[in-house]
Formats: sequence, structure tokens, C-alpha cells
Amino acid sequence: MNIKILGSGCANCVNLEKAAKQAVSELGIDATFEKVTDYADIASYNIMRTPGLVVDEEVILSGRVPTARQVKELLAPLVG
Amino acid sequence: MSTTVEASTRRKSVQRWGILALAAGAWWVLYQVNKPFWDWMIGSVVGLDLTSRLGSGVHFFFYDTIKIVLLLTGIIFLVTVLRSFMSVERTRALLGGKREGIGNVLAAALGVVTPFCSCSAVPAFIGFVASGIPLGVTMSFLIASPLVNEVAIALLLGLFGIGPTLMYVGSGLIIAIVAGFVIGKLKLERHVEPFVFETKLRGKVIDPSTDLTWDDRIQMGIEEVTSILRKIWPYLLVGIGLGAAIHGWAPENFFATYAGADNPFAVLIAVLVGVPLYSNAAGILPLVDALYAKGLPMGTLLAFMMATVALSLPEMILLRRVLKPKLIAVFVSVTATGIIAVGYLFNAVL
Repeated sequence: MNIKILGSGCANCVNLEKAAKQAVSELGIDATFEKVTDYADIASYNIMRTPGLVVDEEVILSGRVPTARQVKELLAPLVG
Repeated sequence: MSTTVEASTRRKSVQRWGILALAAGAWWVLYQVNKPFWDWMIGSVVGLDLTSRLGSGVHFFFYDTIKIVLLLTGIIFLVTVLRSFMSVERTRALLGGKREGIGNVLAAALGVVTPFCSCSAVPAFIGFVASGIPLGVTMSFLIASPLVNEVAIALLLGLFGIGPTLMYVGSGLIIAIVAGFVIGKLKLERHVEPFVFETKLRGKVIDPSTDLTWDDRIQMGIEEVTSILRKIWPYLLVGIGLGAAIHGWAPENFFATYAGADNPFAVLIAVLVGVPLYSNAAGILPLVDALYAKGLPMGTLLAFMMATVALSLPEMILLRRVLKPKLIAVFVSVTATGIIAVGYLFNAVL
């Protein structure tokens, strides 16, 4: 699974990455993390509020920092 | 089975609204006892004369700090919960295909009600322009959003009442509409970084305003209150401290003599000072409150506050990623001109 954190390095992006990493380790998923900080790249995912969470090139969340539990709920159906 | 689920949902809902009602009640009581408490505390317990410089300054500091924190908590919470029904994505969909003119009016109004932080100004700008929304309409949104903000509304409402608050919201909307319209008419599209128009928007749009429960929305309200208070408390304390100093020590007619209604340059100077000043409404309004008490006219003060919150260097640096310097210069000067005009207008009619 490829997970991208979209955002230009603000505190929100760091928090989102933390939540996502925790969710991934709790679910025991094998995932690679990538940071997308370039505005043109971020915008091309059609999100208008950072941070954004992209899993296998699919936007699953934008505009808010979720808890690890919420990320788990979002990731669980995508596994397998 | 379904009846027990229903019963537990109902119990949860009763609990949720009960807690909210209790919190609202506690808020109201605190707000009411704030003044008598500090009158008693500073006047009787500490024993300062409330009409003396020191006494009135110290009283102003404590009373205003509590009052402002209470107002911010209440209004930010309410605004965040209400705004959770809106999103930038929905705003963009509503603006799609709108002509300039009507589009500017709608964009400014949506700029006020859409949950938006200027840290997302760049992706939002790209998202709007790349999906075909005219540059001027996009700018109306980007000007209205910080200019008419909930922190300023909360403080104006609490410190000056409904009249100045409506003046502020109304004039902020008009500035955003006119400035966006002018920028659109000037045909400045070539001063937008070319990559913005080349950006291809792919993938489905996620609308964060849907699929939220009341508990989510309330949670968002609480988080927003804590995050804003955490961010603005230094500004707030400096602002209230300066306000208290002016309140207690500045000579009665000092500011009125130099920046009063008689000085034709007062508004102009207030805006020129306000633009580079980097603060937010929470830092500026306690100052505005104290200056108003010293006889400065409302128009000058509103212009000063608007210039400070709407135009800031960090935002310009952020926008430089998508706008070329000339367009930023036009944006700043058109908006500043609008603010100056509003200041003179209010000074003239009030």
C-alpha cells in the first residue's frame, strides 16, 4: 500500500502523518509513506484544504487531521 | 435489538444536548459575574481606586481578558459547528459557471461562511482557477475569507454591540466584491503563475462536510476553540496589555488630537500602519476598544483593524507561489483602497 501525505510541511501534515503511521502499524499493513509538498502536485489531487491523505493514488481524506482510530476505519476496507 | 439500539442512540443524544445546555448556562453565568467580580476583586480586595490610572488599567486588563476569552470560546464554537455544514469543495461547486458580478457577490458571501484557513489559500486558489472559476471571482473569495472573520465578529459584538459588527461585515463584503470585480476587469490572468492553468484536476472530489455526525461537529468546534486560543493568546495578552496601558495612562485627548475625526489623514495613516503590522483580530481589538474610549472615531479604527487582518506579509509570501509580484501589488492596493474608502465613509456618516 502506498500512502501519501499532502501538505506543505505545516503542523497539520506532521500530525496527519503520525496518525496514519500509528493506524498502519496497528492494522499491521505493509505500507510505504511519501510526502507531497509541491503545491502543483497537491492541487492535482483535487484537494483544496491541506492536509490530504492519499492511498494508492486515491484521496481518502482532506482538510482535517483525523485521529489514528479514524484513519484505521478509513484504511481497513482498503486492505486486501 | 433495534429498539435497544434506538434507545441507546436517544440516550446519547439527550446526554449530548444536556451537556451542551449546561455548558451554555455556565458560559452565561461567567459572562454575567465577570464585571461585578473584578469590581469587587480590584476595588475591595486589592483595594485600588477604580477611577485611578493604575486601578482602571488593572481592572481593564483582567476584566477584558476574561470577557474576550469567553466571547471567543462561545462564538468560535458556534461558528465552527455551523460552518461544518459547508466546505471549500461545496463553495467551488456553487461558484462553478457563475459570471463575474454575480459571481463576485456569491464568492464574497461564501468566503464568510466557508470554513477556511489562509494556510490553504494556495491549494484553494489553484483548485478554483484550474476548475475554470474566473480570477476575479476567486479573489473575492480569498479577500472576504480573512477580512470578515469570526474572531473579529465575536470581539466586535462583545465590545461594541450589533451596530458596528454589522457595519464591519457589510463593508468587508463590499470591499471583497468590488476588489475582486476590479481585479477581474483588469485582465491580470497573465500575472498568475502559468502552472496554475496547466494543473489537471484528477480524481473524485472528497467533500469533508458530508458524513459528519453531531458528535463530530461538536468535537470539531471544541478542537477549533482550543487551537485558535492556543494560537492567539500571545497576541491577545499583548493587545490587552497595550489596551490597559492606554486605558489607564494615555492622556484623555492625546489620540483624539492627533488621529481624531478632524485629521483628514487619520484613516490613511491607520491603514498604512495596519498593513505591515502582523497581528490578528484578537490582538487588535482590545487596542481598538481602548482607543475608541479615548475618542478615536469608529471608521478609523475599523479601517485599522481590517488592514491588519486582511493584508499580511506572510500571506503575500504564500500567495507568491501562484501570483506574480504585479498581481500581488494590485491585490494589496485595491484592497487597501477599499478599506480606506470604508474608513472615510464611516467617519462621515457616523
